[in-house]
Amino acid sequence: MYTNKTLKAINLIEYIELVFTDYTLRTITLGTAILGAVTGMLGSFAVLRKQSLLGDAISHAALPGIAIAFLITGAKDSNTLLIGALISGLIGTFWIRGIVTKTHLKSDTALGLILSLFFGFGMLLLTFIQKQPNANQAGLDKYLFGQAATLVESDVWLMAIVTGVCFIVMLTFWKEFKILLFDADYAQTLGFNTKFIDILITTFIVLAIVLGLQTVGVVLMSAMLLAPAAAARQWTNSLSVMVLLAALFGAFSGVFGTAISASQDNLSTGPVIVLVAGVFVVFSFIFSPSRGLLFKQIRFIKNRRDLELHKTLAFMHHIAETHEDISHPHSIKLLNNFQGYTRSTLQKLVDKDYVQLDGNMWSLTKTGFDAAANLYTKQSTEDE
Amino acid sequence: MSSAQLEIQLIASLVAIACAIPGTFLVLRKMAMISDAISHSILPGIVVGFFITQDLNSPLLILLAALTGIITVVLVEYIQKTGLVKEDTAIGLVFPAMFSIGVILIAKNANDVHLDVDAVLLGELAFAPFDRLLIAGTDVGPKSLWVVGTILLITITLLILFFKELKISTFDKGLAASLGFSPAIIHYGLMSVSSITTVGAFDAVGAILVVALMIAPAAAAYLLTTDLKKMLALAIGFGIFSAIFGYWVAHWLDASIAGSITTVLGLVFLLVYLFAPSKGIIAVMYREKQQRTEVSLLTFLLHLKNHDEIEERHVNHLNEHINWQKVRAKTVLDLANKNNMIHIEDNIVSLTKKGDEFTSKAIDYIITNEDAQIEDMKDDFFLFRG
Repeated sequence: MYTNKTLKAINLIEYIELVFTDYTLRTITLGTAILGAVTGMLGSFAVLRKQSLLGDAISHAALPGIAIAFLITGAKDSNTLLIGALISGLIGTFWIRGIVTKTHLKSDTALGLILSLFFGFGMLLLTFIQKQPNANQAGLDKYLFGQAATLVESDVWLMAIVTGVCFIVMLTFWKEFKILLFDADYAQTLGFNTKFIDILITTFIVLAIVLGLQTVGVVLMSAMLLAPAAAARQWTNSLSVMVLLAALFGAFSGVFGTAISASQDNLSTGPVIVLVAGVFVVFSFIFSPSRGLLFKQIRFIKNRRDLELHKTLAFMHHIAETHEDISHPHSIKLLNNFQGYTRSTLQKLVDKDYVQLDGNMWSLTKTGFDAAANLYTKQSTEDE
Repeated sequence: MSSAQLEIQLIASLVAIACAIPGTFLVLRKMAMISDAISHSILPGIVVGFFITQDLNSPLLILLAALTGIITVVLVEYIQKTGLVKEDTAIGLVFPAMFSIGVILIAKNANDVHLDVDAVLLGELAFAPFDRLLIAGTDVGPKSLWVVGTILLITITLLILFFKELKISTFDKGLAASLGFSPAIIHYGLMSVSSITTVGAFDAVGAILVVALMIAPAAAAYLLTTDLKKMLALAIGFGIFSAIFGYWVAHWLDASIAGSITTVLGLVFLLVYLFAPSKGIIAVMYREKQQRTEVSLLTFLLHLKNHDEIEERHVNHLNEHINWQKVRAKTVLDLANKNNMIHIEDNIVSLTKKGDEFTSKAIDYIITNEDAQIEDMKDDFFLFRG
């Protein structure tokens, strides 16, 4: 919610200049970019481990931690509150795991339970704090919906340091992370301490979520974790590329989101960042070359056309077989009752030199006859 | 107790019942997180509805918002069907986007809308009695009481009418389809009821408490029973208890009623989670410990059966050979002794006739995996209870 009036209606170049010169804007842009990068990076692991909604649960579960940290210390120092959030997020995570492994309740129930119960408890504490007479409690509710505008340089430094640590740990344990991700049992038989690696990844995911609470808030934090990773997944099948892409998407969502919300009045940064990340996801879903919906549809149509072509050719072959001379002309009317036949497929067959047209009559050529005869014995690649 | 207090408790209890019914089915159908998604994504629907009607309790707004909830479900299912991402990712992508749209809509029209995101998420039950419904000038009670009451009535009617269909399609989709009830209709029916309940209740208790009231009572009930009717009854009971008890906690702490009801729900769940007779965590851990001891016992008996040599059967040797700690070895020896399966003479252990038979039976069971072999042992041993 960057309401500096001077920013209204400025052009792009001026904006970019401002990013480098204006303290607040620079801090917010850097902060959201770093946040996007680290959540994208760690989100890849969450998405691939099928723990997408864990982020949602953790971010809600962090709320009572913030309130309790404030109740104990009475300080609004964001680092203290974040430690509280981290502890309560971790308790939530391990309770979820306890419910799933020890009882017959399924993971969705466990997630929903912890999410709503912790959040409700956090709200109880927050309203309780607000009724306290002495406390300077104003501003605690920024953790609910996030306020990027309240970021200061020390927050950005904290984010940068945590991101750096995450990055180093990720590089050190890359092999272990990867193997645990795709085949946990195999990792265990190889003698890796899977429990330790698992806790390591989970702790970092919780850490990234907690870092983002101040910027985008409890409710929208899960999208920061998921969206860049889900978008990156569409473009590659390699883990390292996916992590890199997710970090990039996340960082760009942060930068663009901040820019859009800064250039307009009354636009909170968090929701805009989430929507920008959403645009990345939709774009990736549609336009990714190998998995995208658009190219899938195109391939589908192309396959159907090829099939029609093959069907027409096979039908012609079937007719031509009954004649001694394979190039004996037949009436086009013969084809009218046949499903795979259209004018364009016929024209295509002529283009391929499989068929000759003569007025209302068609005849198979030698190449056409051979191609049709081989159609079902060996897949000819020329027709595709 | 003033009449306002009574009304608040009445509204909270009605919301608890209205949530517990669809919640039970959501938990059983492994769709609990859908309720979270719906509770967030109704926000744009509420905002648009509020632009049109200017009244948070208008039926049109409730329908519009419920429609947004159903759109969310459809969107999630569409994304799942494309196979581009795993199903839970689809939920996680859709509802923050919808919620963001809602927040932005509110922020952009802040001057025209007297609507607060906090209010939508958290609700304020304390103010519910002040918004009265007037029919022809007479005060007939708080508006939310009527809204929630109507929704509850619809939910109960639908539950009674379609109980059999709901039950079958929840536990066996294939059977339901082959019997001629469309699982899709039941599915979307349930989704619609959940949406409408969420929307109807958000004004009173907030969207997050709706999620808690849907999932927590049902989850606690599920740990106590496997009978659908009992589960429904228990869930409703937990819901009402938490609503009323939570209200008094809030009254005493002077804090948010929704937050305090949720906290009580959390405590109820925690108690059940710890102490439920057969599925609680303590019962499960006790059972696991018993099973471990019994597996050890079986290993021990097999060892005795295989070895006739004196040195293999010496008490001290067992400690070293099977690599058990002292305590564990003693537990196993005691258990075996108590069941008359072994007798110990000069620290040399040997199988009794009963122990020998037991071991043969257990081996038979392990080899054939037929329940009949161990039918009479099930009463005494956790290990064989399956």
